[in-house]
Amino acid sequence: MEEKSITALLGANGAGKTTTLRAICGMVRTEGTIRFSGDPIQGKRTEDIVRLGIAHVPDGRGTFLHLTTEENLRLGAYARKDRANVARDMDRMYAYFPRLKERSHQQAGTLSGGEQQMLAVSRALMLAPKLLLLDEPSFGLAPLVVRELFAILRTINAEERVSMLVVEQNAAMALELADNACVIETGRVVLSGSAAELKKDDAVRRSYLGY
Amino acid sequence: MSKRALGIGLVLLVVACALPFVLSNYRTFQMTLVLVYAIALLGLNILTGYNGQISLGHGAFYALGAYCTAILMDRWGVPYWATIPVAGAVCLVAGFVFGLPALRLEGLYLALATFALGVATPQLLKYHLLEKWTGGVQGIVIMKPSPPFGLPLNPDQWLYFFTLAIAAGMFILAYNLIRGRIGRALVAIRDQHIAAEAMGINNALYKSLAFGVSAMFTGVAGALGAVAVQFVAPDSFNIFLSITLLVGIVVGGLASISGALYGAIFIQFVPNLADEISKAAPWAIFGVFMIGFVYLMPTGVAGAVRLIKRRRAA
Amino acid sequence: MDALLQQVFAGLATGGIYASLALALVMIYQATHLVNFAQGEMAMFSTYIAWALIEAGMPYWAAFFITIGIAFVLGAVIERVVIRPVENASVLAVVVVFIGLLVILNSVAGWIFTYTIKSFPSPFPRELPFGLRFMSPHQLGAIGVTVVVLLLLYAFFRFTPLGLAMRAAAQNPESSRLVGIRVGWMLALGWGLAAAIGSVAGMMVAPIVYLDPNMMSGVLLYAFAAALVGGIDNPWGAVIGGFVVGVLENVLGAFVIGNELKLSVALIIIIGVLLVKPSGFFGRVQVTRV
Repeated sequence: MEEKSITALLGANGAGKTTTLRAICGMVRTEGTIRFSGDPIQGKRTEDIVRLGIAHVPDGRGTFLHLTTEENLRLGAYARKDRANVARDMDRMYAYFPRLKERSHQQAGTLSGGEQQMLAVSRALMLAPKLLLLDEPSFGLAPLVVRELFAILRTINAEERVSMLVVEQNAAMALELADNACVIETGRVVLSGSAAELKKDDAVRRSYLGY
Repeated sequence: MSKRALGIGLVLLVVACALPFVLSNYRTFQMTLVLVYAIALLGLNILTGYNGQISLGHGAFYALGAYCTAILMDRWGVPYWATIPVAGAVCLVAGFVFGLPALRLEGLYLALATFALGVATPQLLKYHLLEKWTGGVQGIVIMKPSPPFGLPLNPDQWLYFFTLAIAAGMFILAYNLIRGRIGRALVAIRDQHIAAEAMGINNALYKSLAFGVSAMFTGVAGALGAVAVQFVAPDSFNIFLSITLLVGIVVGGLASISGALYGAIFIQFVPNLADEISKAAPWAIFGVFMIGFVYLMPTGVAGAVRLIKRRRAA
Repeated sequence: MDALLQQVFAGLATGGIYASLALALVMIYQATHLVNFAQGEMAMFSTYIAWALIEAGMPYWAAFFITIGIAFVLGAVIERVVIRPVENASVLAVVVVFIGLLVILNSVAGWIFTYTIKSFPSPFPRELPFGLRFMSPHQLGAIGVTVVVLLLLYAFFRFTPLGLAMRAAAQNPESSRLVGIRVGWMLALGWGLAAAIGSVAGMMVAPIVYLDPNMMSGVLLYAFAAALVGGIDNPWGAVIGGFVVGVLENVLGAFVIGNELKLSVALIIIIGVLLVKPSGFFGRVQVTRV
């Protein structure tokens, strides 16, 4: 993966997209090596991998439903050592997602699906990560909300200089967002290249874009 | 019953019949208690082992059975042998009735409720309005029965044979219950209660029934135990009695009929051995065994025996 | 009327103790969905440690705080060594382990300190300069100590990052790992805290019930009742439940059913609440997916 870029991971149901993300985070056992900034990280505990600067927006968002929005964000920064900058970053998140500020003292469980997804992204960004893993950020959201979210992701990528690895079912949207993309089938990468190239690829068009 | 099981049962029966003629009276008395415990464990195992309902208060049913016998013998002069079925019937009803509300309690909550029952039992037995029958804190002393028909046995030997006969009957009953339709339903409810319901098993009925039958076994054991020790008193039926029964099924083997016998031998003899170290030692050992068995041998002694047999056969 | 008030205040004093122990139960329940049947015996054991320290000549309050520290460490160690291996085992296996723990603590206490009943000192003066009509100084003191413990806990969970992390770990372990929380340690910490709270309850109740290895069995039953009344997943409910159960016990015991059936009050409350309102009066209703 290229640093500071957005990579999309495409594939059909059961191809191993989510598993790839979970493997990076040490949530499932794996064979082979996973390198981050040149160092192998496989076999490490999830907690320790997070401390290296890999944030994960999991499948299902992983919101702490009974805590407030603000407490969710504070938890995102739990593993950070530079406590001084946390308040500043929290304000930045509220600037990206003003809706979260309005609901900062509300229980996160009362937020709408889109708001929860925004919260999940902000919570992950509160780690000030080098790499952000996003598992199906569009899942269950209205197209308009997805568009809004993806635009903000693009901005964040540019402003915060954080690399992103996005798993998506919605290939068209993902290719709009990403710089590069990989297609995996039953656990193997079958195709990879820039997003623009993949969009033109016939096989991809037929199988994933549907035209 | 299969031929093999019948064979093993017969051999066991012969050995069991020979025991009182080679052992001292005191040892014979201890073996009687082993049989009593075995019946109680069989009862608890039907509920907890086979049906998955945790009871930490089965001492209450043991106490109920014991008091039934003691009161019938002491106040109404009923002969001891006639009190046993009465104690069993009373406990069957009591267990079924307690099982009805217990239906709504799953796992941990049932454990909590029965734990409370076990802790509160001695107090209930001491209640002053019942004192007329129960004898309050003093309890009731009952007479040791002597052998009938002029049999050439001493009372300890006779009581042993009497208990052995009932125990054999209870084991056969349990065996048939567990191997049959009812047993399969109980296990199905334990493992997959929703699927069991979907297959048309009436969960509520079977669970209450399991409670009733389980209490009946344990109550019969309590009744026999009262006759054997010739005495009932509230403080001998405290929470530690219930815990002793739990130790018995864990060590003997959950969901195993033969396990009841192994467990009974364990809870009868280990305290005797350990008592020589310290008054507290039996319980320390019980505790360590409980945790140890969960970690290392979750199927208990019965499971280990099965494993050894299978290895031999292979 | 005076007699009634006296019973109500006595109930509040013991209720505070039940509330503390119930809170300890709720903390462990929230984190692991388990009910710690050994919570009472853990408290009893710590109280013996305090007794030994005081016997050795240590001033009361020094012994008090050292005991809390020891209880904390013991609780955390028990979690890591005894409970960790059965974390994902069946309910039955876990209950058996808890009961095993109960029995071991009970017998080891009997072994070391004998089964003879001992008196345990109260740190509060016998007589107060101002008159107290309805309660003894120890009862007032016990209420005070309970309130302080509750406030400290509230502040810890509400305002510190560690407290927040513990709440998060209890709610959603997987997400907690993803933000870098060491969930295993949070569980051990929770057990430590629960044991520490329990030790305070033990030291406060010991002057009333006297010290012996079985002193907590009744208290534990009331704590169960309190936790269930409040809803076993709600710390505030447990506290309110503790006071309610304490008052009920004393008032019913004194005027309605007599002291000899007091434990049955707990039994009836437990079964009653479980049947009528299993989620308690302040708990969340749990919906299970099948």
